[in-house]
Amino acid sequence: MKKLYAILAVCGAVALVPAFVSSGFALNLVIMTLYATLLGQAWNILAGYGGQYSFGHAAFFGTGAYASAALQVHLGVNAWLCLPVAVACGAAVGALVGALSFRYGLRGSYFALVTLAFAEVLRILANSVGFTGGGVGLLVPLKSSALDFQFHGKAGFLYVILALTLAGFLLSWWLERSRYGAWLAAVRDNEESAAALGVNAFRVKLLAIVLSAALMAAGGAFYVQYFQYIDPHLAYGPSVSVEALLGPIVGGLGTVFGPLLGAAALRLLGELTRNLMGEAPGVSLVIYGAVLILMITFLPRGLGGMFVRRPPSAA
Amino acid sequence: MLEPSILFASVLNGLTSGAVYALVALGLTLIYGVLHIINFAHGALLMIALYGVYFLGAKLGIGPYAALPVMIPAMFALGYVLQRFVIGRASHGKDENILLVTLGLTLILENFALFAWRSDTRTIETPYTFSTVDIAGAMIATPKVFAFFGALAATAILLAFITRSDLGRAIRAVAKERQGAKLVGIDVEHVFAMSFGIGLACLGAAACFLLPAYYVNPQVGNGFVLIAFTIVVLGGMGSFAGALVGGFIIGVVESLGGLWLGESLGQIGIFVIFIAILLFRPKGIFGAGA
Repeated sequence: MKKLYAILAVCGAVALVPAFVSSGFALNLVIMTLYATLLGQAWNILAGYGGQYSFGHAAFFGTGAYASAALQVHLGVNAWLCLPVAVACGAAVGALVGALSFRYGLRGSYFALVTLAFAEVLRILANSVGFTGGGVGLLVPLKSSALDFQFHGKAGFLYVILALTLAGFLLSWWLERSRYGAWLAAVRDNEESAAALGVNAFRVKLLAIVLSAALMAAGGAFYVQYFQYIDPHLAYGPSVSVEALLGPIVGGLGTVFGPLLGAAALRLLGELTRNLMGEAPGVSLVIYGAVLILMITFLPRGLGGMFVRRPPSAA
Repeated sequence: MLEPSILFASVLNGLTSGAVYALVALGLTLIYGVLHIINFAHGALLMIALYGVYFLGAKLGIGPYAALPVMIPAMFALGYVLQRFVIGRASHGKDENILLVTLGLTLILENFALFAWRSDTRTIETPYTFSTVDIAGAMIATPKVFAFFGALAATAILLAFITRSDLGRAIRAVAKERQGAKLVGIDVEHVFAMSFGIGLACLGAAACFLLPAYYVNPQVGNGFVLIAFTIVVLGGMGSFAGALVGGFIIGVVESLGGLWLGESLGQIGIFVIFIAILLFRPKGIFGAGA
């Protein structure tokens, strides 16, 4: 229960931010941190709690983004209605990828590679078919009204992304205390033993990838509303997949607060390097790559692992 | 419908690309076979090698084929150091960690290239860049013909080295049975680093053969990394013969796919093969076990 209160306290504190801060820069900083948290939470469900490392989470992100954008542009559907549809589309792609790869027992590196390949296939398709606008991408029409999921200031976006992040928090919290979460952890730690005890590993992993993909697709739909533009590289390119995995690894894999901690630390680092080095292309990603290597070498349990004492696991 | 002559030229073109792909994949499969790690940074390291060849030509006037004796040892040394001091230390015995570390390495290399050399696409001019060779009516670019034979020669040398030399025997021993190799006095860490180095030396050679008919920019490795993985999985992880055959298959598939579906959609054929192989036969054509 303590963790639930902590979650509510953190989200409540963030909800108060727009009351005291009006600078667009600061609000944007909070929004982007929460957005990175959401992507990290999505990845963390599958990798942190489920032990399945995906390198192609962009497949779900991009599907959510394109579902929402295409419905608005081509059919004029209200953006709020597009959000659940986008989540459903992302979850469906997750179910497809999961059903195929888990059905054939892909694990570890093979799973990482096949997810990457799925994302690449979708990127090429998005580049080639008509309704995605091809390489030009889709521009969401400007409406600037809360009824259309577009807000005048940044505060509205902040509350939306906060609500989505809260959903991600609650999902992670539920995974830590539910029977299903215990099954998932059992499959992560030793799939054979879990199966021997009667856990249906295939179904457990499938649900994990569906939940993870749904959250990722929500992130994609939010991205489209916030930036009002999507193209194949933004949607399905490798940088989204990297952003999703970086946060939890830096913050602490398989923990409730790991994605937030990681997202905040990386955002801070990103702003710091921007101030020190200017807007030179590539610098921030060089640093991210170095952070990734250093974290895995020296702090494999993430920043959160420094504060929490846990018996060293056998894995 | 397509004329047989166009089809023939397209297949020949695919085979010449396939030879270079095979060389890239050989390095990857060697590293996998010995260290059991998937080197995700393979494409980014090829990009670095391509820049190496480019700058040797642009700054020092060394032609791409004359760069071979420079690039091969340079890439070998880079690989040795990387495995010994970076990748080997970060693994903590988990496959996923290595995958993530090599992903981090990819981020660093690609974005360093972006920072240092900007995203311009660069090519080199050689006297034979635009000349072609007539093979039974099909016109094939001369650099691609060189690349084909060069890649085959490099592959032959690598195979001879692995099967005949002492180090090659040690590498195969470590690949088969790590503990046993250690017991008979093989320095396993050294063999790991040597294998990684040789894997990257393949990239050095591939870059020299590739650049005259190709280009280099910071993202160029992305395209190669999945192609190389596809070849390795198709041929069977750790199988040299598989990498060679897989390289030719993928080269031809890419070339024919481009002919029928257009340049960008044609690439899909490769990924579809990749996903299908991973799903239905992850041990590949020649692989003994997944």
